[in-house]
Amino acid sequence: MYEALIVGAGPAGLNAARVLRKNGVKNIAVLERTGDAGGLPRYCGHTGFGMMDFRRVWRGPRYARALVESVGETPILTDTIVTGIEPGGIVHVATERGLESWQARTVLLATGTRETPRGPRLVSGTRPWGVTTTGAFQEMVMKGLTPFRRPVIIGSELVSFSALMTARHGGVQPVAMIEENARITAQRPADVLARMIYGTPVLLDTRLVAIRGGEKVEGVEIEQNGTRRVLDCDGVVFTGHFVPDAILARLSGIPLDAGTHGPMIDSTFRTLDPNVFAAGNVLRAVEHSGMAAREGQSAADMMLRALAGRLPDAGRAIPVTCGEGVNSVWPQRVYAAEHGRVVLHVSVECAGQDMLRLSCDDGRIVAERRVRSLFRHRLELPVAASLFAGVATLRLDLV
Amino acid sequence: MTVKTAEDRLHDVAIIGGGVVGCAMFRACVLAGARTVLLEKGGDLLEGASKANSAILHTGFDATPDTLEVTCMQRGYALYRDICENMNLSVMKTGAMVAAWSADDIACFPAIMDKAARNGVPVKQLDAQQARLREPALSKDVRGAVLVEEEHLIDPWSAPLAYARQAVENGGTHLCRARVESGVREGNVWRLDVAGKPAVRARVVINCAGNHGDLVEAIARPSPFTITPRKGQFVVFDKTASDLFRTIILPVPTALTKGVVVTRTVFGNVLVGPTAEPQTEREFPTVEHDALEKLREAAFRIIPALRDHDVTTAYAGLRPATQFSDYQIEALPTDGWITVGGIRSTGLTGALGIAEHVVGLYRAHFADPSPLANVVVPSMPNLVEERPRPWMQPERGPIVCHCERVTEHEIEAALTDRVLPAGTLGGLRRRTRCMMGRCQGFYCTRRVMELAQSHLPGLVSPTGKGRSDV
Repeated sequence: MYEALIVGAGPAGLNAARVLRKNGVKNIAVLERTGDAGGLPRYCGHTGFGMMDFRRVWRGPRYARALVESVGETPILTDTIVTGIEPGGIVHVATERGLESWQARTVLLATGTRETPRGPRLVSGTRPWGVTTTGAFQEMVMKGLTPFRRPVIIGSELVSFSALMTARHGGVQPVAMIEENARITAQRPADVLARMIYGTPVLLDTRLVAIRGGEKVEGVEIEQNGTRRVLDCDGVVFTGHFVPDAILARLSGIPLDAGTHGPMIDSTFRTLDPNVFAAGNVLRAVEHSGMAAREGQSAADMMLRALAGRLPDAGRAIPVTCGEGVNSVWPQRVYAAEHGRVVLHVSVECAGQDMLRLSCDDGRIVAERRVRSLFRHRLELPVAASLFAGVATLRLDLV
Repeated sequence: MTVKTAEDRLHDVAIIGGGVVGCAMFRACVLAGARTVLLEKGGDLLEGASKANSAILHTGFDATPDTLEVTCMQRGYALYRDICENMNLSVMKTGAMVAAWSADDIACFPAIMDKAARNGVPVKQLDAQQARLREPALSKDVRGAVLVEEEHLIDPWSAPLAYARQAVENGGTHLCRARVESGVREGNVWRLDVAGKPAVRARVVINCAGNHGDLVEAIARPSPFTITPRKGQFVVFDKTASDLFRTIILPVPTALTKGVVVTRTVFGNVLVGPTAEPQTEREFPTVEHDALEKLREAAFRIIPALRDHDVTTAYAGLRPATQFSDYQIEALPTDGWITVGGIRSTGLTGALGIAEHVVGLYRAHFADPSPLANVVVPSMPNLVEERPRPWMQPERGPIVCHCERVTEHEIEAALTDRVLPAGTLGGLRRRTRCMMGRCQGFYCTRRVMELAQSHLPGLVSPTGKGRSDV
């Protein structure tokens, strides 16, 4: 019987393991399906990692190593695949010994996130080799391989610029970055830097119409301001549109939230299976690794309380639903308490000047916050837990 | 015995085209005792029409009665079921329902049932309640259905690869990247000129060139048929949808709006399609966003719960349609040539039957060799979800593709296979299912490339000297 099994050895899972170990929990294991631990930062060759949790500025692989080192003696079982979780903390695992079932008092889902590839985007055109995602591309470059020399980059999220940096690192010259909207998704002046430093133009108001090529990518058809043209290139990188990698939760019958696409959790990071917790980007895509690590820590704190039998009764949870203009919120369930506060992580529609309002079933306003949602799609709403006393349901609206 | 190369040996039979029909033909000719060479222009087998289909083993209930097509289909269906177990090939009994969505659809049922009866296939009419009792996920709008219990799903790639493998293991020769450019008859022997390779000589040529069938036919004679490839686009849903239903849901063929098929695959996905669009492109069909959206919407109308499931990918296939509705199979005795053309979407089902029929033509018109004794029967790796897969076994080694749970050993085996190694990335995917899952290679592309790069040149190259980060 394990005290805690952690599924996924990325920033959230490893940091949770570190916290649990530091607090004296003995029987823990981190289960990692790939051959080595560290999560997605392993393949991010650029800098900017570790600031939140290590107060350092590292490249991805160095950060991944620090995370692994931080768990000390805690076993990280690589090449170990969790195939399902059943109520009661039963964890089905595929190991080198075959299929096994383990038992744990607490389980943490820290299975992370991935980008949306071409398939679900229903992109027109032929299906040549040379179409990939940032994640796959960065992993290849990390190993000294590239499938193309002159790709186009689709999207302008932070990760899109990460793809650009990786490309240049590997001697690959992207011919353009394409963004459907009138401004880039990442913060400016990333686009100016892209053009100035990397020589890659950022084409705004530009839509990818179709991919062209036979065996390999030969170009993309794009539409800018109603005009269509073909851009010569030998690859396409679909960047961003991150989705939680919540398939294990889904296949295990752990309910997912329609807004976040991650497991529904309460303010103790518990899913609707009381033995199973979730943290990091599996909750919602996507935040940077430092944030995922911090959530791993918070979830571990709650797992410690669970092991000590000090978590609130899940039956007392108050559901938070999304109303007008609100795309998603997590946690989706909160508890009334005398002390402390709950932070609701809210994703809202783009709407200019608005008020984010949390109200209860009788219409009483519990909390409000003015938002300039045009520039912030995600925001936090801290609420004192004492305000939930006597409330049956909560609802978020943009008014 | 000295080893001769394909080039300097005189073959009894040269088959042009390594699709599902060519592979079945290859097997049948070799087992019939003919020295046979298979010539495929692509880098691997199944690179043309056969790489994209709906993977159904049809009963032929809705085929035009008394045609060569339905004869070959039903014979192919029976032969497949005879041989599949020995070769470890899957066959999944799902049944099919022709679902009616309007009174007009219902009005077509008598004709459908009559046709099925003429084709000797047992069918049963279901009212709306019975249809939804069998498949509760079906939309409430369903008005009734014709149930065909004996329709099956198969693995559309392992099957033809098994045919080709059995041919090679029993002495057949196959050449990929062998595009036949022209041919001349020298006495009683064809000399086929192959791009970039020595000429291949054979007494009889069998044209199984699929979407290029009319072009290859022109080597022997002005082609009596013209191929106008018919494009079919498909949308593939995530395996999370696999438990929603089991029965193949077919449209009523004469409905005013073109219906689509909604079916599971043996791999556990749900497939929706195809469209049917005549076109001239023979090699690289396109998918179109609007058409895919429409397919997806059509699927939602049939199985509403599909709305909660993600799309994994989309693809398009080309079916070698001619101006004729039936298969174009003909022996030209004085020309040493057998034409096997116009094998449309029923080719996967019909292949073994077509091959048997053609071997009959070969024996009647050209030569009557003794069938091979002591036939080697290969056993194929299982890719089907309903049966145990290597990742479940002890000592499985690392798993490379986590969506489809493909082990490194499986990928290496497909790349280094001594009989039919993967010749393209597509071939590797068809043999192992790597990169075919919900992440479409987000997690596994790098490792697959590391494993494949020395076997499949041209996919990746070393990174150049780049600029350091800022």
